[in-house]
Amino acid sequence: MTLSTPICASADPVSHPAPILTVSDLRIETTGPQPAALLESVSFDIRPGETLALVGESGAGKSLSALAILGLLPPDAMRVAAGQIHLGRTDLATLSARQMRAVRGGRVAMIFQDPLGCLNPVLTVGRQITEALRLHKGLRGAAARARAVELLELVRIPEPRKRLDEYPHRLSGGMRQRVMIAIALAGEPELLLADEPTTALDVTISTQIITLLRQLQADIGLSILMITHDLPAVRMIADRVAVMYSGRIVETGIADAVFAAPRHPYTQGLLSARPRGAIAAGAAPLTEIPGAVPQPNERPSGCTFRPRCPRASALCAQERPAMPPATSGSKAACHHAGTSTDHARAF
Amino acid sequence: MGHYLRNRLLQAVVVILIIIVGNFILLNAVPGDLVDVLAGRGGDMDADLMASLRARFGLDDPLPIRLLDYIRNVLTGNLGYSWPHSQPVLDVVLQRLPATTLLVILSVITSVFIGTLTGVFAARKAHKLTDVILSMVVLVCYATPIFLTALALMLIFSVQLGWFPLSGLTTAGAEEGILATAADMGRHLVLPVVSLSLFYVAIYARLSRASMLQVLTQDYVRTARAKGVSERGVILGHALRNALLPVITMAGLQITELFGGAVLTETIFGLPGVGRLAYDAVFARNFPLLLGILIVCSFIIVIVNLLVDLLYMKLDPRVELTK
Amino acid sequence: MTAMDTTPDTTAAKARPARPPRFQMLRRTLGTPKGIAGLALLGIVVAMAALAPILFPMGPWAMVGRPYTWPGDGPALLGTDVLGRDMTAAMFWGAQISLLVGLVSASVSLVIGIAVGACAGYFGGRTDAVLMRFTDAVQTVPSFLFTIVIVAVASPTIHSIVLAISLVSWPAVARLMRAEVLSVKKREFVQSCRIIGMTDLRIITTQVIPNALSPVIVIASVLVATAIITEAGLAFLGLGDPNVMSWGTMINLGRPAIRTAWYIALIPGGFVILTVLALNLLGDAINDAFNPHLRKR
Ligand SMILES: Nc1ncnc2c1ncn2[C@@H]1O[C@H](COP(=O)(O)OP(=O)(O)OP(=O)(O)O)[C@@H](O)[C@H]1O
Ligand code: SF4
Ligand SMILES: [Mg+2]
Repeated sequence: MTLSTPICASADPVSHPAPILTVSDLRIETTGPQPAALLESVSFDIRPGETLALVGESGAGKSLSALAILGLLPPDAMRVAAGQIHLGRTDLATLSARQMRAVRGGRVAMIFQDPLGCLNPVLTVGRQITEALRLHKGLRGAAARARAVELLELVRIPEPRKRLDEYPHRLSGGMRQRVMIAIALAGEPELLLADEPTTALDVTISTQIITLLRQLQADIGLSILMITHDLPAVRMIADRVAVMYSGRIVETGIADAVFAAPRHPYTQGLLSARPRGAIAAGAAPLTEIPGAVPQPNERPSGCTFRPRCPRASALCAQERPAMPPATSGSKAACHHAGTSTDHARAF
Repeated sequence: MGHYLRNRLLQAVVVILIIIVGNFILLNAVPGDLVDVLAGRGGDMDADLMASLRARFGLDDPLPIRLLDYIRNVLTGNLGYSWPHSQPVLDVVLQRLPATTLLVILSVITSVFIGTLTGVFAARKAHKLTDVILSMVVLVCYATPIFLTALALMLIFSVQLGWFPLSGLTTAGAEEGILATAADMGRHLVLPVVSLSLFYVAIYARLSRASMLQVLTQDYVRTARAKGVSERGVILGHALRNALLPVITMAGLQITELFGGAVLTETIFGLPGVGRLAYDAVFARNFPLLLGILIVCSFIIVIVNLLVDLLYMKLDPRVELTK
Repeated sequence: MTAMDTTPDTTAAKARPARPPRFQMLRRTLGTPKGIAGLALLGIVVAMAALAPILFPMGPWAMVGRPYTWPGDGPALLGTDVLGRDMTAAMFWGAQISLLVGLVSASVSLVIGIAVGACAGYFGGRTDAVLMRFTDAVQTVPSFLFTIVIVAVASPTIHSIVLAISLVSWPAVARLMRAEVLSVKKREFVQSCRIIGMTDLRIITTQVIPNALSPVIVIASVLVATAIITEAGLAFLGLGDPNVMSWGTMINLGRPAIRTAWYIALIPGGFVILTVLALNLLGDAINDAFNPHLRKR
C-alpha cells in the first residue's frame, strides 16, 4: 500500500457546498446528581461526499458524538445538554420518534467496531439486511432478497446468494464488517458514521475495508464520519480531520495540512507518538503521550491537556483555550498553537 | 452436527442403562421379594412351595444373571406385575400418564407465558418502582413450595369460595359430550395448574428479566436501533429471541421436574396421574410399581432432554460450534 | 458506572494491612438490602431453633390445652393442634429440625458433589466420562420421586431423609465444580505443583478445590432451601420421621382439618416460606457479590 497523497476525487472542500451534517456547540452531560460534561462545545460539519476523520485517545468522546447524531445515547446515563445537530436544514431535535427512526439507517447509517457482536447471532445475514430494506425501502420478500444480493455484491462478498442464509458466526471478521456495511447501505444513506470499523480486524483486512469504503464513496457519493485510531487509514480516506481530546475538539483542518503541520501540542504528540515502523503495522495505540486522559469529572482548570502538555504556561492554567473562528487552513484550540519542526519531522 | 447428535444419543443410552441398574439395586434392597408378596396375599404358604416358586421366577439365580434378566425385561417393556391392580406395571403406569402429561403441558405453557411476560416487563422497567414491587412478589412466589401453594389455593378457591371442584379430574355422572367433558376437566385442572405454575412463573420471571437486561446491553441491539428498528421491533424481533434461549433450557427442566415431581400436587387435588400413583404405591409398599414409575418417568425425561437439545440447536445457530 | 470501577485508594491500602478478600466479600454481601433482609429473617429462624429448649422445655409433643384452639383464643400464642399440642412449641422445635435437615443435607451433597466434580474435572478422559454419565443418571431420575423411593425403601427416619435428600441433590454441585476445576487446572500454580511431583490427591485437596470453590458456595443456600422444602414435602406426605416434629409434620397433621382449622397447616407453611425466602435473599446477595458486573444494568 502506498502512502502517497490521499485521493479525494469526490469532494472539493474548498468550494464549500452546504454541509449535510452540522454539529454545533454540542454538550453532553451525564445524568445524576452531579452531572459531568462528557462533550463540551463540539462543533463540526460534513459536506456531501466528504470524509471527516474523528481521531483521539480512548475516552475522548468520539463514539458519543456519533451516537448523539443518531439520538442513541443511553437515556438513563446521559443527555444532550446544549447545542444542535442539523441534518441538511433539519434540526434533529425537532423530529418525532418516528421521524428519527426514518433517519436512523435511512439518511444516516452507522457501523461499529466489533462486527461479530454487532450482528444478531440468531438471525441470518439475509434477515438482517432485508429488515433494513423493509424499514427504509418498503421492500419485502423476493424483491428484498434480490436487493440484498445486490448489496452483498456491492460490498464485494463472494457468492452473495449463499451468504444470505448464513449466520454471522460462520463468517470471517472482514466478511462480517462487509455485511455490516451492506446493512448500513440498505437505506441508501447520505452519511455513514463509521465508529472504528477496522479496529477489530487485522491489517490486511482493515486495509481492504478502508479501500471498500473509498470505492463506495466514489461510486455512490457517500459522506463518511470516520472514527478511528488508525492514522494510516485516516491518511488514506480522510478529507478533513478533527482531533478530540477529553470531550472537546482541539484541532481541525484539511487532513493533509494537519498531518503536515499539526498546530496543537496534543495532535503533535499523537503524530509523533507513532513509531515509524507502525505505519505498516496498521492500528497502533495512540496512547504513547505520557499521562492519561482525565476522567470527565476530574478535568483540570484551564486547558484540559495541561498536565500532559510540554508547552503549558501560566495562562494555560487560568483560561481554557477556545477554538478560533473559521479559517481556511487548520485551527487549534491552544494558547500556544503553532507548528514545530520537531514534530513535523516525524512525517 | 451429526457427530454431536450421535454422542448425545450414546450418552442417553448409557444414562438409561445406569438408571436401570440403579433400579435393580433398589429393588433388591427392599426387604422381601415377589414370593413374600404372594405368600402374604395367599395366607400361609409352606416353605417348600415358596422355594419352588423362587426357583421358577428365577429369584435364586446369581445376582449378575438376575441383573441381565432385569435389563432385558425393562428394555422389552416388562416392568413386572402389580398385584393390587392385577395388571402389568407398565399398563398401570401408562393409564396414569395422560393426566400427568396434560397437567405438565398446561403448567409449562402457563408459566412460560406469564413468567416471561413478567420478566420482560420488569426488565423494561428495570430499577423503577414497578420492577422493585414485581421483584418482591416474584421472590415470595419463588420461596413458596408448590404443595403449600396448592393447599392455600384449595383452601381459598375450593373450600371457602367453592369456585372450583375439590378433587379429581372429572365429575362423576357429569354431562356427556366432548365439550362438556373438556369444560369439566378444565374446571378441575385450574387449581392444580396454577399451583404447579406459580413457582415456575417466578423462575421464568427472574430468568427472563436477567437475560433480557443482559441482551439489551449487547451490541446487536444497538445495531438494530441504529438501523431504525422501532422499540417494539428491537424487543420482539432482536432481544427476545436471544433472551428466550435460557428460558427454553428452563422449560425443558420444568417438564422433566414435573413428570414424577407432581406427586404432592396430584395427591392434594386427587388427580389420577403418575404422581398420585406413586403416592399410593408407597403406602401399599408396592415397590415394583414404584420403581416402574421411576423408570418410565426417567425414560420420558431422557427423551424430553434430547428434544430440548434439538430445539435449542435449531434456535441458537452457534451451538454447533460450542459443542 | 458501578462502584467497582473506581481506582482503589492506594494510600489507605498502604496505611493498614490489606483486608482479606473473603472478608470484603462478606461485607459486600451483607451490606446490600437483600443481604440484610435475608440475614434478619434467617436470624429469626435461628433464634427460634436456639430458644426452643429454653422456652418450651417440655418439647413439641406435650399437650397444653383443648385441641383446635385458634391462635389468640387461648394461652398458646399460635393456637393448639388436633391433639391440643402447643403450635408455638412445635414451630420453635420445628425450626431446629428444618435447619438441621437443611444444613446436614446441603453439607453432604456439597461433599459428594465437590468430590465427584473435582475428580471428573481434574482427571478428565475416561474418569470424567464415567463420573459425568453417573451424574447425568442421578440428575435424570425425577428427584422428589427418587427421594420418596429411598425413604420408603429405607423406612422414614431423620437419617434416611437427610441421606435421600443429599443423594438426589449433589449432581448440580458436581457439574459446577467440574466446570470450575477445568479452568483452574490449567492455571500455572497447578501445573507447577505437578512439576514438583505433588500427588494428585494433594493437588486436588490443597490447590484445585480451594480455588474452585467460590461458585459452589453461591449455590449452597439453594441446596439448604431445597432440602428444607423437600423434608417438609416428605413429612406432608406422611413420610416424615414419626419421632420428629417438623414443620412438615404439622402441615400433614393439619391437612385433614383444613376446612375448619386451616391455621394448623398454614402457620407451619408460613415458616417454611419465611426460611426459604431468607435463604434465597441471602443467596441472591452472595451471587451479586460474586458477579458484581451483573448487579446493575
Ligand atoms: N454509559 C455511560 N455512562 C457514563 N459515562 C459514559 C458512558 N459511556 C461512555 N461514557 C464516558 O464518556 C466518555 C467518552 O466515551 P466514548 O465512548 O465516546 O469515547 P471514545 O472516544 O469513543 O473512546 P474509544 O476509543 O475507547 O471508543 C468516556 O469518558 C466514558 O467514560
Ligand atoms: S493551551 Fe497550553 S496546555 Fe493547552 S495545549 Fe495549548 S499549550 Fe498546552
Ligand atoms: Mg468509541
